[in-house]
Amino acid sequence: MSSSRFRFPRVTMPAAARALRQEVREFLAAERASGGYVPMADCWASGFSAEFSRKLGQRGWLGMTWPRQYGGHERSFLERYVVTEEMLAAGAPVMAHWIADRQSGTQMLRHASDEVKNRALPRMAAGQTFCAIGMSEPNTGSDLASVRTRADKVAGGWKVNGRKIWSTGAHGEGCDYMISLVRTAPVDEKARHQGLSQLIIDLKAPGVTVRGIEDIGGQVHFNETLFEDVFVPESHLLGKEGHGWSLVVGELALERSGPERFLSSFIALREAMQVLAANPDDRTREVLGHLVARIKTLRRMSLGIAGLLQEGKSPETEAALVKDMATRFERELIEQLRVVLPESVLLGSSGVLPRLMREAILRVPSSTLRGGTNEVLKGMIVRQLGLR
Amino acid sequence: MSETDSHTLDTVILDTATRLFADLSTSETINAAEKGEWPGALWQAIEASGLHLTWVPEECGGAGAGMLDGFAVLKAAGAAALPVPLAETLLAGWLLAQAGLEVPEGPLTIARGEHRIGNGAVTGVAQAVAHARSARQIVALARDGARLLVVAVPVSACALTLDRNLAGEPWDTVDFNGAVATLSAAAPVGLDADSIDAMGALVRVNQAAGALGTALELAIQYAGEREQFGRPIGKFQAIQHMIADLAGEAAAVNAAADAAAEAVAATGTVDADAWVEIATAKVRLGQAASVGPAIAHQVHGAMGFTYEHRLHHFTRRAWAWRDEFGNETVWARRLGDAVLGWGADQLWPRITAVTDK
Repeated sequence: MSSSRFRFPRVTMPAAARALRQEVREFLAAERASGGYVPMADCWASGFSAEFSRKLGQRGWLGMTWPRQYGGHERSFLERYVVTEEMLAAGAPVMAHWIADRQSGTQMLRHASDEVKNRALPRMAAGQTFCAIGMSEPNTGSDLASVRTRADKVAGGWKVNGRKIWSTGAHGEGCDYMISLVRTAPVDEKARHQGLSQLIIDLKAPGVTVRGIEDIGGQVHFNETLFEDVFVPESHLLGKEGHGWSLVVGELALERSGPERFLSSFIALREAMQVLAANPDDRTREVLGHLVARIKTLRRMSLGIAGLLQEGKSPETEAALVKDMATRFERELIEQLRVVLPESVLLGSSGVLPRLMREAILRVPSSTLRGGTNEVLKGMIVRQLGLR
Repeated sequence: MSETDSHTLDTVILDTATRLFADLSTSETINAAEKGEWPGALWQAIEASGLHLTWVPEECGGAGAGMLDGFAVLKAAGAAALPVPLAETLLAGWLLAQAGLEVPEGPLTIARGEHRIGNGAVTGVAQAVAHARSARQIVALARDGARLLVVAVPVSACALTLDRNLAGEPWDTVDFNGAVATLSAAAPVGLDADSIDAMGALVRVNQAAGALGTALELAIQYAGEREQFGRPIGKFQAIQHMIADLAGEAAAVNAAADAAAEAVAATGTVDADAWVEIATAKVRLGQAASVGPAIAHQVHGAMGFTYEHRLHHFTRRAWAWRDEFGNETVWARRLGDAVLGWGADQLWPRITAVTDK
């Protein structure tokens, strides 16, 4: 009887990745010291700074794994992992480029026409063009195959009508593209996953309206995007027409095992340590021990998936398992910190930590929703276990 | 120890162990052992295979296999609810080898803490010594003034008070009572009672990772077979989601156990870095061994609450092992202390250091 269903192999950072980590740390320290950024909770989904993203592009820290031909840097997945985890741990404002760098660019690299790749990827790698996700719709959440946005064939391309929602960052400066899952053939109830395609929609095209949506904390970071007779040229099709479902599944896999699933609010722990170190009781020690044990274990698992990807495996279930566990931990992290932090912080009105705690508490419900709800992820896990 | 030795698993050793345990660690054997019957055939097969000497270098009469092989064998032992002191014999062999002592024959066990020795006679009382009554010798640390020694004491010369742990495994109080050590040598610098607790904790984490893995397999199997309301209960989303959580807990303990085992294997001892990994793993086990067995029992319904069903071989062991060599509260406080010692600025660098060596 197998003692472990899921394997998370050991990953050791190569010398290049270790050297890169030092470089990134020095950059972040200098930026924070000079006011280049202020740390934020959930920085990858709410810390928008086009300027900061351009600085990362100049340093070669975007599109790191892409070919040089398209503005990339042909570095390893582990080197990219190092940059992303350092940014998250510092609470740096990486939202602007996050989607382009994590999934849209990679998705285009795999499936887009040469024309699109030549035009869009070098600008993305430079931090000059950003992307938004076009999956959910007002009536389509976890049941993604139920999308209704339609693309009708016209001369030279498609005419798109419909609306996408929760598309983080679509309203932002420089956000030019949305990879959208659309229906290119009428729905066949017996084969709902057919007739779908992924189109790259130019968000500056006529007929596109982006409307910001306020979240429970009053921040506008996601949107509703309306398409009214938007023309999309043929060259903006990803892969083949009608193959959108397998493409979107591949895109989702890029979202699920990264360090942003457990480090969104790590910066709050880092800052809280300064306060907690002043007068630590047993309860505080215990909480810190628990939190660090959880983070270390999640990092091991998340990096193990990077290792499996490098072995050429497709660890989709492992990624679902880690995302489910990691995002639940994000909630626990904040709740555990709450109970040991002094009132002066929880009720405090000035300083970095009170702000980070409030941001984190108000942002945390989205952790277990975005990128596939935990309920959908658990469904993937049990399918692998043979129960579905 | 070379990079290859410490980080490569010998699949032959693990395959041998897995096959042997599957054949001989049956439910009947486990139940009989709990009733006090020594599983002689099982132990003899283990000795014949040399598995009990996995952590003993060749110069100390052992198999000279890697540390990782031993941890993999311990996972398999936990997965099979092995009712003999293989883990304790490995641990004792490791401690003896640290002092360069040759490993004596027969099943061994280990006592926590620091005891006393004078003119060869060992005194002190050790509680919760696993499988003491079945062992031939007990390995422990004993102090003679300024000198800390690793000693082996024959069980026959000690006074035992018999007890059993939550899993029904022998768990005896040992009064060394002036028994004369058959072996003794100076403990190497840096090895102390805390080292024993750390290695013991890691041994238990690996065994429990195996036990939770089997509890998961049993839950998957039962949910697929047991029908209610006209379909297998595994078709209900409420059950599916519990099992997904159990799979996650089992996977997390396995990952934490591997990380700690690799850290120990890197040097063959519990250095400061390995200690942090062990603390992490024992804390993580505390959570998994609370959540995991609860789910496994809920899925199995009343059937899994009977002695007849074998689920308890694994859940009871996970419950026992989460407490032994320090539970999650003890280890979390220690780890928290270490984290406070790092300070806020070193928190993240310390977390990444494990992959950046």
